[in-house]
Amino acid sequence: MKTVSSLLDSEWYKRYKAISKLNIRSSIYDVTNRCNLRCKGCFFFSSGEDRAAQEEMDLSRWERFIDREKARGVNLAILIGGEPTLCMDRVAAFYDRLPSFCATNGLIKVPRERLPDMMVGISLWGDEEDEKLLRGKDTFSVSSRNYEGDPHAYYLYTITPRQMGKTERIVRRIRDAGLKVHMQLLSNDEGVDAFSWQPSQLRDIRAEMDGMLEMFPDTVISSKYYHRIITTGKMLDRTFGWNECPSVTQPLDPRDPKPKHLIGFIRWACDLKTMHRCCTSATRDCATCKDGAAHMSWVMVNKRAHIRSEQDLKNWIEVYEMFAKLYQFLPW
Amino acid sequence: MNREKDKTDRILRIAEIMINELKLEDVTPASFDPDMDLVDEVGIDSMDLATVALVLQDEYGIRIDEDDYPKLTTVRLIAEYIEEKLSE
Repeated sequence: MKTVSSLLDSEWYKRYKAISKLNIRSSIYDVTNRCNLRCKGCFFFSSGEDRAAQEEMDLSRWERFIDREKARGVNLAILIGGEPTLCMDRVAAFYDRLPSFCATNGLIKVPRERLPDMMVGISLWGDEEDEKLLRGKDTFSVSSRNYEGDPHAYYLYTITPRQMGKTERIVRRIRDAGLKVHMQLLSNDEGVDAFSWQPSQLRDIRAEMDGMLEMFPDTVISSKYYHRIITTGKMLDRTFGWNECPSVTQPLDPRDPKPKHLIGFIRWACDLKTMHRCCTSATRDCATCKDGAAHMSWVMVNKRAHIRSEQDLKNWIEVYEMFAKLYQFLPW
Repeated sequence: MNREKDKTDRILRIAEIMINELKLEDVTPASFDPDMDLVDEVGIDSMDLATVALVLQDEYGIRIDEDDYPKLTTVRLIAEYIEEKLSE
């Protein structure tokens, strides 16, 4: 039987042991339906999820809900929206109870005196031109001022086909602001003109992302295996899609058979009762979904499938480490 | 004497369940080292353990609390845990 230590040298085995017992169980929470931007291609608004549920306004109900989520076994709350920083009391309620991550457009600064070490992921959709085109304003100039040098913040850079050949300048600006960056791809079906990925473009952007990782190893939080998976949709001999995705809300999951490794994932709407189908919009085509976290989770829950060769297991370790760093289970 | 044999049989049965449920290759119940760390060497995770625990619960008519999973790190420790549950 192939064992972990038979495939790894002592240094890699130590890295494996640092993550082997983390058992990260995340769920996603829409903190609010409101946002201070209207970005083209944002699935939350384009699919009408902002109208799916009425916001729970009573903070004590949020607190009791979060306690129930913790009792359910959730050990990572991923806060999205709308724009979570519009409801800082709800964000703080999560922070006080659970390891929490807050996705934000970065226009409002998280008060560090109240939430000193909460990990913040700042969305970025490209350079100034594309940010204005897609989001109506250049958010980087504001968000980089708000979070400059913050050790608990990073940019979540959503790459579109228009960004090909431009990523180096953006990564350099992020580095110069003393921040980290994680890259993901815009999904094909967000209805944004001329932003659909073609196969040849996916090959090229994979090479470009690999290049950024080599050029800026202290700034880019990523792995080449992750780049391969989000650009090809392939892991080992399997193809990403509805039948494979681990980020489907478990109580709503109609799949039969279900994937073997599920973590009790739920994406909650902000009435604290309604559940969404999955970590992204139900209107999205799973065959072309490029959701970065879903692909990372797909790798992470399939650990034993990777215990077949030294390289496969190292690839798994790198993806798990990347996720653990992005959500602060491991230091940078 | 019988107690030792029961213990050995239980270890073999747990190893067999583990091999079948997790589709482990190139190993038999007899060659499965009962002291091998299931997480750090076999690479099982809490979801694998939940799968195995369901079968063990049916087989032995016991309840395995999820809070106890972190203690169940080898086949021998699982066998001792079951023995303890059966004697309650």
